[in-house]
Amino acid sequence: MRSDARAAALFLTPAMVIIGFFFLLPAAAAFLLSLTDFDIYALGDIHNVRLVGLRNYHDLLHNAVFWRALLNTIYFTLVGGPLTVIVALGAALLLNAKAARWKSLFRTIYFAPVVTTIVAVAIVWRYLYHPRFGLFNRVLDLIGIGPIDWLGDTRWAMPAIILLAVWKNFGYQMIIFVAGLQSIPEELYESARIDGAGPWQQFRHVTVPMLAPTFLFVGIITAISFLQFFAEPYVMTRGGPLDATLSMVMLMYEQGFRWWNMGNGAAIAFILFLFIIGGTLLQLWVQKRRA
Amino acid sequence: MTRPVRSLLVLTALIVGAIVTATPLLWMISASFMPTGEATTYPPRLLPSHATAEHYRDLFSRLNFGRTFLNSTIIAGGTTLISVLLNSMAGYAFAKLKFRGRDRLFAFLIGALAIPLQVGMLPLFLFLKSIHLVNTYWGVMMPSLATIFGIFLMRQFMIGIPDEILEAARMDGASEMKIYRRIILPLSIPVIVTLAIFQFMSIWNDFMWPLIVLTDNAKYTLPVAIANLVGEHVQDAELMMAGSVITVLPVLLLFLFLQRYYIAGLMAGSVKG
Repeated sequence: MRSDARAAALFLTPAMVIIGFFFLLPAAAAFLLSLTDFDIYALGDIHNVRLVGLRNYHDLLHNAVFWRALLNTIYFTLVGGPLTVIVALGAALLLNAKAARWKSLFRTIYFAPVVTTIVAVAIVWRYLYHPRFGLFNRVLDLIGIGPIDWLGDTRWAMPAIILLAVWKNFGYQMIIFVAGLQSIPEELYESARIDGAGPWQQFRHVTVPMLAPTFLFVGIITAISFLQFFAEPYVMTRGGPLDATLSMVMLMYEQGFRWWNMGNGAAIAFILFLFIIGGTLLQLWVQKRRA
Repeated sequence: MTRPVRSLLVLTALIVGAIVTATPLLWMISASFMPTGEATTYPPRLLPSHATAEHYRDLFSRLNFGRTFLNSTIIAGGTTLISVLLNSMAGYAFAKLKFRGRDRLFAFLIGALAIPLQVGMLPLFLFLKSIHLVNTYWGVMMPSLATIFGIFLMRQFMIGIPDEILEAARMDGASEMKIYRRIILPLSIPVIVTLAIFQFMSIWNDFMWPLIVLTDNAKYTLPVAIANLVGEHVQDAELMMAGSVITVLPVLLLFLFLQRYYIAGLMAGSVKG
């Protein structure tokens, strides 16, 4: 076998150096950092760093704010994720319907929010949620529902952010569902119809099972990206009111980059990483059991 | 249900969905042209009483948004150029060059895709600080100059380039560098365009990393600048909408004109995840 080791080294080295030094090593170092008491004094003089074992993790588990952020992140992911998937599937079914027209126009409109800048649209939505002047309360007003203090009420702030996230993200999953729908052979629907299946039964017994791999993929990427939400609360609520929208990544940012408790911040980052891996494995496991 | 009734239902649902989806973006554009105070009136207005560009002028003249726009362009453009180069080189090595441990290394990289960027951000910041890249363009750009996703995308495409062409070139004595430049790159234009759009958009839209690395107003990218601005100018809804339009419009236009390539990349990325 011909070996191109020398050429390969030349072509690979630049990319591998970047990925190694700026992605893989920092990720590994995060775990080490989480075992230290690295803080603002260590930032000034590295000799102030001490190994503290799992103390950062222990402290976090006894910290009510951390639990708040963790529960908020789970709430956001478990409600926002499935909601996004449902809206995406609905939009994909509509786009894929035989009766649909102007498909590429609608696809473009539905997809547009995905490419927009989250910070910019979060600012826009902040005004849309304005209790007095916002469009949301205007629409509610027209159908006779009293004003909601969307971002100022601890009960409504998280649903408000979830609604923004659904709007921003469903187009991406929709595109993947459309591709999945198009790969289902038409014969399956025909034989289902011959067996007397109505639209709902066709959906239940042909579409859903055939889309299983798509559901898995969409579920995993949605969960991963939702677990990392940051810009929405940063721009809209600063994590408030009363920490109701504080996320894990936001807490990590505050601990690490605002208060320079970097050991503590790294521990938060690492716990988040475990959740992401865990969520991924859980979905793969569920899918395997059903197959 | 008869066929015309069903088509009407589907079309109605599609149109309602489109109106709901487009409204926030349309309102953003409309409000950015409203005279000061008009976006915060009751009942809320959908269109300006008369259109004015004063908020755009304000952003560029008083709030230095020309510089901010330039920062975003340099960072997103520079990252895109370099990352296309580095990722395509690495993609070529993984697709067409034979060396020991190739497939194991590639599998390892794909596995590492599961690690979210935030995990390494704190150590990465300390590393950048030690090499004096905090508060520089390079500091923002460094982690994105080569990406596993980009290498993956390149490799998947280049595997499809027939080996016979490369062998013939090697027979003629062409070096691997020459083959890469003269054969691989020209044949890979579609995937290069796809990756370039992806890179440009994700760097342009990125918020957390530039927020961490950049400490100086004059170096802020657009998302960092408007997030900062909303703190002081939250009353100026129209001004904030103009800032949002300036931030969103370039990527939105890029998508509208090149969506064929964008969707292609999205599908390629989802084949294996």
